Amino acid sequence: MKVLSKLMTAIRGGAREAGEAIVDANAVRIFEQEIVDSKNHIKKAKDSLTSVMAEKMQAARKVDAIKNDIAANEGYAEKALAKGDEALALEVAQKIAQLESELVDHQGVHDNCAVHIEKLKGQIQAAERQIVENERQLNMIKTTESVHKATAAISDNFAQSGSKLVNAKESLERIKKRQEMREDKLKAAEELNSENFDKSLNDKLKDAGIVDSSSPSANAVLERLKNKQS
Amino acid sequence: MQSQDLSLHFSNLTFEGYGFECQIIQGEVDVLQVVVEGFEELPVYLSITENQILCISYLWNESEVDQEKRAEMLDVMLEMNIPMPLSSFSRIQDQYVIFGALSTHSSFDDIAHEIITLCENAVEAIAAMTDFLN
Repeated sequence: MKVLSKLMTAIRGGAREAGEAIVDANAVRIFEQEIVDSKNHIKKAKDSLTSVMAEKMQAARKVDAIKNDIAANEGYAEKALAKGDEALALEVAQKIAQLESELVDHQGVHDNCAVHIEKLKGQIQAAERQIVENERQLNMIKTTESVHKATAAISDNFAQSGSKLVNAKESLERIKKRQEMREDKLKAAEELNSENFDKSLNDKLKDAGIVDSSSPSANAVLERLKNKQS
Repeated sequence: MQSQDLSLHFSNLTFEGYGFECQIIQGEVDVLQVVVEGFEELPVYLSITENQILCISYLWNESEVDQEKRAEMLDVMLEMNIPMPLSSFSRIQDQYVIFGALSTHSSFDDIAHEIITLCENAVEAIAAMTDFLN
């Protein structure tokens, strides 16, 4: 399902009434059902994978046990031959032959299981990838639907309240004006603050006698003018 | 995540120095209208789907576009999509929009940050594009 191109066709068609579904609701349901089905398949495949893995482990244990058994019996046969007891050695050899045929059977089961496991793992991976892909596509449909429904709700709301979307340039002007006003206010407040600060600092310095607090006297001015002339 | 929860949370929140005002618009899909203090003309509309939270702000209408410069404007918008932090341009029917998509696992702070960024980007975008608009 090439969802994006379907959505494109639907949106570009443009002849849709507000609130009309972009993709047939039934198709969406079928799609959702496909995802659910795939998930069930995966669950079943994982169940069989678990049992096949258990079977393989059992076979492996059996193979090991038989191999040990064969090795032990080979030891017995060698000892019997060393003692010259050919009859006993033959009896043991028969036992070994029987064990070897059992080994072939169990090894076969083990190998079959290994092949089966690989196959199941491959199937599960493929199905999981398919689900991710289907869900991604379903999300595209649902998001598109949701955005269109949301847009319908927003325009209905505008229509009911009698307001309309403001022109972009006007909005920008208003926002900028408010921002400037706020900045001006901040600046004014800052200036006011720093003036107050300077004033209070000056007062403190005067109180402490560090800064001359007297107002300029006529004598001091006269003195300064005289100095200038000389 | 529910629109109602978001609405209650944002109404009591000041984030990055901004206050919020929320209103739920009911429809087939509930939409949360969030107005950020200082950006009253550019409300952000949140809609929540199964896997994402979409934040959309409307920029301008097709009728506001200088039709002679339309192709150039679309070019510029496409090119500006990546440099713009967290937001992208799109169009819904004949409305040009700016939007951001968030995971439904986002925190309130993530959403608040997204909304403020969206408002700031919207103002910048309109300011940058005024030459293309009537």
